[in-house]
Amino acid sequence: MSDREITQKPYLKLRADTQARDRSLREKVMSLEEAAALVSDGDHVAIGGCTMSRTPFAMIWALIRARKSGLHCSRSITSSEGDLLFASGVSEHILTSWFSQGIVWGISRIMRAYTESKRARFEEWSHMAIGLRYRAGAMGVPFLPMRAMMGSDVAGQLDNIHEMECPFTGERVVLVPALNPDIALIHVQRCDAYGNGQIDGLEFMDIDIAMAANRVILTTERIVSNDQIRRAPDQTKIPFIAVDAVVEVPYGSAPHECYGVYEPFFDHMDWYAGRMKPEAEAGIAAYLEKYIYGPADWAEFLSLLGMADLLDASRRGRSIYND
Amino acid sequence: MTEPLDYTASELLAVMSGRILVDGQTAFAGVGIPLLAAVLAQRTHAAGLTILFEGGTLGPFVVAGELPPSTNEQRCTRRANMLLSITDVLLLLQRGYVDVGFMGGAQIDRHGNLNSSFIGDPADPAVRLPGTGGGNDIASLTQMIVAMKHERRRFVEKVDFVTSPGYLDGGASREESGLVAGGMYRVVTDLAVMGFDDETRRMKVLALHPGVTAQEVRDNTGFDIDIAAEPKFTEPPTGKELGILRHLDPDRLYTA
Repeated sequence: MSDREITQKPYLKLRADTQARDRSLREKVMSLEEAAALVSDGDHVAIGGCTMSRTPFAMIWALIRARKSGLHCSRSITSSEGDLLFASGVSEHILTSWFSQGIVWGISRIMRAYTESKRARFEEWSHMAIGLRYRAGAMGVPFLPMRAMMGSDVAGQLDNIHEMECPFTGERVVLVPALNPDIALIHVQRCDAYGNGQIDGLEFMDIDIAMAANRVILTTERIVSNDQIRRAPDQTKIPFIAVDAVVEVPYGSAPHECYGVYEPFFDHMDWYAGRMKPEAEAGIAAYLEKYIYGPADWAEFLSLLGMADLLDASRRGRSIYND
Repeated sequence: MTEPLDYTASELLAVMSGRILVDGQTAFAGVGIPLLAAVLAQRTHAAGLTILFEGGTLGPFVVAGELPPSTNEQRCTRRANMLLSITDVLLLLQRGYVDVGFMGGAQIDRHGNLNSSFIGDPADPAVRLPGTGGGNDIASLTQMIVAMKHERRRFVEKVDFVTSPGYLDGGASREESGLVAGGMYRVVTDLAVMGFDDETRRMKVLALHPGVTAQEVRDNTGFDIDIAAEPKFTEPPTGKELGILRHLDPDRLYTA
């Protein structure tokens, strides 16, 4: 296996790692920097949310500042955070189904520069295949069958995919292997100090990711009491037994969106895409310096985005609850 | 006689592809022209069209002037009937709940295969494109409508990379590959509406848009395409259709 592959863990090792975690009802609140220390170089890191929505941006920001390296990242769809992971040197391997900021901004110049020069790898799977890979991981089974990807070059250029005849019906299916990330980064609207996470709106693949991973860092817009969680336990989407760290980070998905709280910071994202067009490499280097390494803390990063953009994003975000 | 209306190529594309959708269908829509066309259909002849978004939305109503930047933001969820996970919304395709998938395309070939992954040699590409997203899943598991600009560099004999399968090498090759359901149904461009021969699975012109000649289609297609000697013509966009589109997309995000 090359250093740009994600390998599967033997089942008993997967179980033993889970058994070894402290799954008790205990407080796990820590800082972004402390949570970043839970991520080891070379880990497979699953990133929650999708495209520009509920991206754990603050946690990724902290991992880049902590100068991690060799991370294998996976995500359903990768937006501008993928640019930063490649250009910072934190990751040279992202497994995802689609990679660019968003369709209205065209193709990511950074993704192109890094993949075309082979400095980094964009491992492409169909969106449903990635979903079923995380789900297989969450289910504790080594693979799941599916009926897409056959006949295509997406399947053709992957080594770790197999076709088989169903032993019951004789139909042809594709088998996709489980993903059990070393660690998952997930941003939620609220959770308690123990890590009972509640998600409003689109959940994407986050629940499967949380249950598939060996460790979970939850960043949250706000921490609520355990009493509040227990009044509506049906709203808990990620259980405390799966969570290892809780970090309270208001605007933790900025400049992306957090459902019902803020929409994407469109002015910033327009500016970012425009900045990368004429000179991608110099543009992203300057961006990393100013926005990632430069600020003293997350509040200073938000200040750089600016109050006007933050208020505009918040007004639009909350409007989802207007009739 | 009324004055002919002015419209952009993208508006023509949205109108013509929207007309193919049928009331009561369940349609998986990509962002951009497919989304606009689906919403246009809802507000004209297909009020009972159910839209699905890959981000996990079942049956929303998109608000005019608030078109989502992808199918995964909160704007996609307005007045939806249900939100579900990405995996579960995609599994609706596999289970057979979806009548039609509706996407844009970067490059297509004579058998309706779509490429959104690599321009040039995939091992050493001239351009790395953003990839499949759910495109491969949708094209593998339901009837497809593709809306795209009609250009010679986009309509090629054989795509550089099959991201989303059409009829593969033609004939029965799609079924033989294991893709037993779905297939390419219509390709709509700013010049014409195309379908596929039942036997050979080659692309053929079903109707030209008003004022378009067969030669124009041939000039902008990188392979031999079958066009009837006396081709049919589509009806031009109406003032009502264009009015709805401009109301939906006042900033011309997708229809410039």
